[in-house]
Amino acid sequence: MTDLPAQERIRLETRKLSVDYGNNRGVRDVSLEFKDRRVTALIGPSGCGKTTFLRALNRMHDLNRNARVTGSAHLDGADIYAPGVDPVLIRRRIGMVFQKPTPFPTMSIFDNVVAGLKLVGIRDRSRLDEVAERSLRQAALWDEVSDRLGSPAARLSGGQQQRLSIARALAVEPDVLLMDEPTSSLDPQSTKRIEDLLQVLKNDVTIIIVTHNMQQAARISDVTAFFLNGDVIEAGSTDLMFTNPQDSRTEEYVTGRFG
Amino acid sequence: MNLARRYIRDRIVLAGIVLASLVVLVPLLIVIWYVISQGVSALNVDFFTRDLGSPTRAQLGQPTGLAQAILGTVFIDVTALLLALPVGIGAGIMMAEYREHPLNGLVRTLNDTMNGMPAILKGMLIFAIVVKPSGTFSGFAGALALFVVMLPIIARATEGALTMVPWSIREAGLALGLPRWRVILATVIPVARPGLVTGALIAFARAAGEAAPLLLTSLGNNFLPRNPWNPLEYLTRAADTLPQRIYSLAVSPYRDWHAMGWAAGIVLIGLVIVVFFIGRLLTRRRE
Repeated sequence: MTDLPAQERIRLETRKLSVDYGNNRGVRDVSLEFKDRRVTALIGPSGCGKTTFLRALNRMHDLNRNARVTGSAHLDGADIYAPGVDPVLIRRRIGMVFQKPTPFPTMSIFDNVVAGLKLVGIRDRSRLDEVAERSLRQAALWDEVSDRLGSPAARLSGGQQQRLSIARALAVEPDVLLMDEPTSSLDPQSTKRIEDLLQVLKNDVTIIIVTHNMQQAARISDVTAFFLNGDVIEAGSTDLMFTNPQDSRTEEYVTGRFG
Repeated sequence: MNLARRYIRDRIVLAGIVLASLVVLVPLLIVIWYVISQGVSALNVDFFTRDLGSPTRAQLGQPTGLAQAILGTVFIDVTALLLALPVGIGAGIMMAEYREHPLNGLVRTLNDTMNGMPAILKGMLIFAIVVKPSGTFSGFAGALALFVVMLPIIARATEGALTMVPWSIREAGLALGLPRWRVILATVIPVARPGLVTGALIAFARAAGEAAPLLLTSLGNNFLPRNPWNPLEYLTRAADTLPQRIYSLAVSPYRDWHAMGWAAGIVLIGLVIVVFFIGRLLTRRRE
């Protein structure tokens, strides 16, 4: 394995990012850096704001009238919340995989994978074929579905559907992939496949993953950020966070004394 | 509570449910049976191929029928549906998908008001703004009146069907970097399609049974146009429709025409059943 020293470039960065729901503050003044081609895990007990924060990173709160985002988030230096920035273009570069698999139920496996391309007008069949195969291979699903790309996506198992969701997100070649507890509804085998997958994917994309599972965070991430009640208590290299945390609350959480 | 008592309770409730279902079905069966028994004698080939003409035709035993009303119903109702589908679905999308839009509440209130408005008022509206200025009753005016009848039903059904689609599907589409309208058209509508078709069918069936708004707009016509297969011949002048014709036949003083009115009822029921059957075929998921 070759380690890439060029990984120190900052791909995404938040500065005093806060999200309010009505009068409830979801996350408060979060300033974090996400380095290129690293896996960052967001951990913390339920309701600590980690998912709320994740969804702010590709402007998924835009559709919620009650949600208000303040502060800024910079993708390659440009604020994604600046006036005039089209959230659609931001989401093309910052993809997202959700807690539950979300295949488009009326579409075939193939159409699901290339949905992001087809629906913006790319019709070239050979290009779509190529992208579908590449994305499905990246998501470690190709071998299982290559002989039935035309069959409905709804017929796949839960683990396969989640890998299909990942393939679909990868097909548009995002720079950043946000993952909101992508394995929480999956069995251990499917979970392992997706964790293995992340280790390969991080060669190409910056990954930010929310997880409830601390062993998972320890296994897969380079950097970990610990959220509690809407604040980031501590963030740093995963090794240090789990072996020698600076804050006593982090230590209590990662050693399983609460949460 | 012991098991025997629970068992008896279960039986009683089940019996109540079966009874309620029968109470729903019985009036429907009585209506169908009565309409068929009264009208079947007037059904023959002429009924479907000839127009009505003057009352003397029936009295003298000459061939007479309601071809002009059957074709008029098809052309006028289909025109109304083609007008109402895009507008109604659009309003339904507004109500279900753009809840934060400033027009949302207004559209919802207007739609409910329109749904509750008596159909004859819709006929009067079209009479005032279309028939009077154009100087003529016409099938197109009738189609416009039925358009107003169908609109709120389709909009409500669309809203209901879209609301049933899990929110996660929209987020999945947005996360791919698709614009919102794309997400709605390409990922939400296909999932809601059975509900949309059902809404269209209910709207069509409801409009197909309306006589009052048509009396004021398409008026009625005893004769087939020169070219009976050209929809424009119905849409541009006074035209016949089954429900309005049933009314005119029923209030006429001729016994033969009364029988034809019942027969027209059979045809109208049959038409609605055929439309529902086609709708079901359209929504069947390909497996």
